[in-house]
Amino acid sequence: MPHETSSEVRRPMSDVGREPAGANLPSVRRRLIVATTAFGALACIACLAAPLVGPTPIHLWRVFDRTIAFRDNVDAQIFFIARLPRALAGALVGSALAASGVVFQALLRNPLATPFTLGVSAGAALGAILAITFPLALAALPVPAVPLASFAGSLFAVGIVYALATARRLGLSTHVLLLAGVTLNAFFSALILFVQYSADQSQTVRTVRWLMGDLDVATYTPILAALPFTLVAFAAFAWLPRSLNLLAVGTDAAAARGVDVLRTQRLAFFSASLATGAAVSLGGPIGFIGIVVPHLVRLLVGSDHRIVLPSSALFGAGFLVACDVLARTLLAPIELPVGIVTAMIGGPFFLWLLVRQGGGR
Amino acid sequence: MPSGALFGILGPNGSGKTTLLRVLAGILQPAMGRVLLEGTDLRRLSRRAVARRVAVVPQETHLAFDYSVLEIALMGRYPHLGTFGLEGPRDVQVARDALAATGTIHLERRSFSTLSGGEKQRVVIASALAQAAELMLLDEPTASLDLGYQIEIASLLRDLNRQHGVTMVIATHDLNFAAGICNELALLRDGRLMASGATESVLTPAAIGALYGVEADVARHPITGRLIVVPTRKVS
Repeated sequence: MPHETSSEVRRPMSDVGREPAGANLPSVRRRLIVATTAFGALACIACLAAPLVGPTPIHLWRVFDRTIAFRDNVDAQIFFIARLPRALAGALVGSALAASGVVFQALLRNPLATPFTLGVSAGAALGAILAITFPLALAALPVPAVPLASFAGSLFAVGIVYALATARRLGLSTHVLLLAGVTLNAFFSALILFVQYSADQSQTVRTVRWLMGDLDVATYTPILAALPFTLVAFAAFAWLPRSLNLLAVGTDAAAARGVDVLRTQRLAFFSASLATGAAVSLGGPIGFIGIVVPHLVRLLVGSDHRIVLPSSALFGAGFLVACDVLARTLLAPIELPVGIVTAMIGGPFFLWLLVRQGGGR
Repeated sequence: MPSGALFGILGPNGSGKTTLLRVLAGILQPAMGRVLLEGTDLRRLSRRAVARRVAVVPQETHLAFDYSVLEIALMGRYPHLGTFGLEGPRDVQVARDALAATGTIHLERRSFSTLSGGEKQRVVIASALAQAAELMLLDEPTASLDLGYQIEIASLLRDLNRQHGVTMVIATHDLNFAAGICNELALLRDGRLMASGATESVLTPAAIGALYGVEADVARHPITGRLIVVPTRKVS
């Protein structure tokens, strides 16, 4: 049977099909620069604009007016002291959750995975709720107990899941990871209910508020506490994208192309878990960012992780800051926890994704 | 195994064909013994170094995300680039040449998931070809393909072997496919080598009987001149 190498002539009609967003390839470098510039600009605009929104109107030009001393400049005080921490917390949490969502989806080879699939957030929630319900035990510590306990809880959950997934010494089984994560989520939820049952009413209210996910940080301190962990995780992310592309094709295929699969999986699992743990300890388990953002970004820039990962980190920052503005203004003067807004947007989006994928395959 | 060969590994399901390929590719470590690549133990080479010399075409490819055909072909360049390396024009050229060699260049902008089974398999072979390795291992390259695609893949592999000098090891349980293209065969049963050598000398009714528990006639096709195997009945 003859082989036509350039069969433009014989090209059947069915070939004029859907082109993925990554199909119009200039070079990866060009696409990377364009995407990160665009999403980066979006994130910066969100961080600058978000603090301008609020009960007291302020003006950006007066905030940055150097002729007025800071202690006399009310606009600058509101901007930098009252509102900017919240925007920056949103940016940090949003980028960490979105980026780790990308990494988990590639690691588990499952587009519907989220940063919370593997139990990291359930562990964090259990830690936070223990700290809220039994405040005495941790009162002696110099740092705020709840974020610390939630971070410790997330590391605990990560440890359990990893130990289970490697228990059979056949590398890192993503099936076991997935099952262990889902089971751990359910088990920790049960423990959370148990702890709540023994809590008093004010503690229960605080617990429920924490579980909703909220960016209401009062100062820069919690942001600075979460920042180093996030930066370490992001530095690890820099090594991953090309290997993640191949993992998405298959683990054996990746190994055959020269990827050290186990090392990549380990690095991906621990760095994404670290970023998630830091983000959750700062903002609580804010849902759907880790799945909505990566999928929107893939629709725009294709599936190449070298572009998807940095773009998602930047877009996640802008997206969560924007959601938080909505949370603060929708029912003003009541401030909704941002987790409710992201769930309102993310839930239907997730379902749409499910149906779209089910139909597409 | 000599360079330039088109080597077939035959055996029933579960006889260890895929495992043997994974060991040959250095993905699995052998429990005993070692794999030598031109005198060098595979274990002494990094994954990347092995991948520059040995390419693998898996049985089936399921993507977790949608990539374009050109992106898939470019992934073959992985072992030739550093961790932070981006593909240059030369890599794109190699990938497009590989797509052209497998007759899929007209699909380069298509999304991989919209391709038919035969097109997918050819694109995956192109990706392995872009790896520029001297040895290509193929696991059941025709297992999920219909007759038309099987013939297409067979002639593609023969072309690549002759014109591009790629040495190939093909694991398959399709006797006629193997008889049609392989110049040497190894027969595998329960993880053990039963026989190996030139196709004509290995592929005998006795060997097929021992391999599959099936009575079979082996004849030469009057037109193509290739061996054909016709199973006649199962012996218990």
